[in-house]
Amino acid sequence: MANGGEPVLEVRDLVKHFPLNQGIVFKKQIGSIKAVDGVSFDLHRGETLGIVGESGCGKSTLAKVLMALERPTSGSVKIGGRDIGQARGGELKRMRRNIQMVMQDPYTSLNPRMTVGDIIGEPYEIHTEVAPKGDRRKKVQELLEVVGLNPDHINRYPHQFSGGQRQRIGIARGLALQPEIIVCDEPVSALDVSIQAQVINLLERLQNEFGLAYIFIAHDLSVVRHISDRVGVMYLGKFVELGKDAEIYDRPAHPYTQALLSAVPVPDPEGRERRERIILQGDPPSPANPPSGCRFRTRCWKAQEICAQEEPLLQIRPGTGHLSACHFAETHDVVHAG
Amino acid sequence: MKKTSADVLPAVGGQGNEPLLAVDNLHVEFHTRAGVVRAVNGVSYTVAPGETLAVLGESGSGKSVTAQAIMGILDMPPAVIPKGEIRFKGTDLLKLSEHDRTHVRGQRIAMIFQDALSALNPVFTVGWQISEMFRVHRGMSKSEAMKKAVELMDRVRIPAAKQRVHDYPHQFSGGMRQRIMIAMSIALDPEVLIADEPTTALDVTVQAQIMELLAELQRESQMGLILITHDLGVVADVADKIAVMYAGRIVENAPVYDIYKAPAHPYTKGLLDSIPRVDQKGHELYAIKGLPPNLLDLPTGCAFHPRCPLRQENCVTDAPPLYEISGTRGSACHYWREVLDGERR
Ligand SMILES: Nc1ncnc2c1ncn2[C@@H]1O[C@H](COP(=O)(O)OP(=O)(O)OP(=O)(O)O)[C@@H](O)[C@H]1O
Ligand SMILES: Nc1ncnc2c1ncn2[C@@H]1O[C@H](COP(=O)(O)OP(=O)(O)O)[C@@H](O)[C@H]1O
Ligand code: SF4
Ligand code: SF4
Ligand SMILES: [Mg+2]
Ligand SMILES: [Mg+2]
Repeated sequence: MANGGEPVLEVRDLVKHFPLNQGIVFKKQIGSIKAVDGVSFDLHRGETLGIVGESGCGKSTLAKVLMALERPTSGSVKIGGRDIGQARGGELKRMRRNIQMVMQDPYTSLNPRMTVGDIIGEPYEIHTEVAPKGDRRKKVQELLEVVGLNPDHINRYPHQFSGGQRQRIGIARGLALQPEIIVCDEPVSALDVSIQAQVINLLERLQNEFGLAYIFIAHDLSVVRHISDRVGVMYLGKFVELGKDAEIYDRPAHPYTQALLSAVPVPDPEGRERRERIILQGDPPSPANPPSGCRFRTRCWKAQEICAQEEPLLQIRPGTGHLSACHFAETHDVVHAG
Repeated sequence: MKKTSADVLPAVGGQGNEPLLAVDNLHVEFHTRAGVVRAVNGVSYTVAPGETLAVLGESGSGKSVTAQAIMGILDMPPAVIPKGEIRFKGTDLLKLSEHDRTHVRGQRIAMIFQDALSALNPVFTVGWQISEMFRVHRGMSKSEAMKKAVELMDRVRIPAAKQRVHDYPHQFSGGMRQRIMIAMSIALDPEVLIADEPTTALDVTVQAQIMELLAELQRESQMGLILITHDLGVVADVADKIAVMYAGRIVENAPVYDIYKAPAHPYTKGLLDSIPRVDQKGHELYAIKGLPPNLLDLPTGCAFHPRCPLRQENCVTDAPPLYEISGTRGSACHYWREVLDGERR
């Protein structure tokens, strides 16, 4: 349920380059990996922005920069109207409190030697103002209850829980500081199909209850559609298309989005012989050396001269109602999953 | 003279109506310190030439162990096969000597593994690894075998095969490594190919490429394909028939169109119902409640009973057999009629 008003998160021209070094003893920088290369968007209270794209396109790097786990090369991230790059001391701490993360792998993202109570309560060690020492145990038990776990299991260790339960522990930890924004990086990908639905329902329930805004990164496009209000499609460090879920899924305007959607197998065999499918050839080019002009042009069946020379900006194109970055954007009906 | 696989097994055709490959009442146990893990508890399925059987089920349901038993690559011990047959063209592979079995493995029945990176040897070039198949099994010279490797890499559409044949696995992307695995598996023209989650780690775009490649290879050679997956979309796309596994058993088997139209087991129905659908946006997803079973301590009666919305008293005590619904369909649920007639969400 996207609503207007002030955005809780404003991202402008965000860039993250990693140095590409050669040599072991005398390191020499020979270039850079352009993991995130100019991303802008707003996120509103209670809204979910889904982010999709092939492996290596920069989704997790974007998440880490938003979380201030990586310093951006350039560009800005504003939380509640304040630039996180300019904030210092107490203010920075408060801003960090407001954005939390749920990670992909419930098996490795939890410290095996800590009890569930310590894992969920750990953020309170840094942000003591949220829960004074005497209150912590009660707070953690409340959180366990909120995510559908037994509060009596507070002293158990991660290995005593299943994958889906571990993901709930990760979610409880993300909620501990009562943030407004949660970045979910592939939160259900490692789970069994029968458990995925449980966790997605939980995330949606918590969103309604606490007015959370989500950045939801996932490779399962039908899950992303189910949970997202808007969806951004990433390719080689850039958004190539950004719009409401129905705009992206029913009226995609960028050839890459069209190909991506048509590659998703439809969970219904009826009419499968007649299904139209765009199969992209090859892999995405290296982010260390992206193609000139439009980055998608090496795999695009619509590419023309101009695509190599001029970079298509992310803007509303004639005949479409949402942002796309293609000189020849046109909406195309795709038959696809869910 | 060296024995060839043709001496061990008939080259063409089966005996009578015997399918190409038939797994029959297979049981596999692992004897571990924690106890006996009953990983496979009476699995039966068949595959015919040119046919695609999809084996569907969540992790730990026994899909891979069944496949490893077919290939004869289980470590025994800890694995034990107390019961069952695996017939390839009528011959029970479990009764063959290990020596005879090596003529089947990789030559007549081949397998593609879930994780292509760890299945390839990092210290040899991909060309060397593919050509090894021809050197070892066909007695070709190094240069002859290398030429065949390039041909195969072409066939699985690896660009610039002639140059890339000298590259090492880590120099390839995930999708390309999976193509190399496929090249190795089809090198000796197997009659059955087992693909164990061949696209699980890959992007949908690459998955589409790999599935298209497998379908083409199958069309050319009429291989029987056993596709192990947990992806209901992939299954709907390529399978002729489906076997759904739960807790080491087949709980439902059916032609692909039937099962998507009307599942006959509550677990299958639950899986299909939990797929997000556009018209359900804004509503809770249907979710199968509870957790997957613990194989060290299986529930009594029907193993699905703790999670089943249709459970009746007898489900807790009586394990349902695989009831025959029609000549091509079965369900291991006492109440399969009710499930079949029930509403789909
Ligand atoms: N610390 C780092 N140093 C150098 N390169 C990095 C670093 N972290 C990420 N990269 C590179 O940046 C690019 C984007 O990586 P990222 O992890 O953001 O991708 P992703 O979209 O999350 O992919 P996936 O879907 O596989 O999780 C990749 O080419 C990756 O190899
Ligand atoms: N070597 C082994 N020792 C003990 N248990 C095993 C071994 N290999 C597999 N198992 C168990 O057998 C069960 C089925 O495994 P598997 O066939 O790999 O499942 P999947 O359906 O995910 O492929 C699992 O519970 C697994 O832990
Ligand atoms: S700008 Fe050109 S190359 Fe890029 S997506 Fe559009 S048509 Fe294709
Ligand atoms: S036998 Fe009973 S418990 Fe098992 S699936 Fe059928 S109804 Fe459910
Ligand atoms: Mg990532
Ligand atoms: Mg497996």
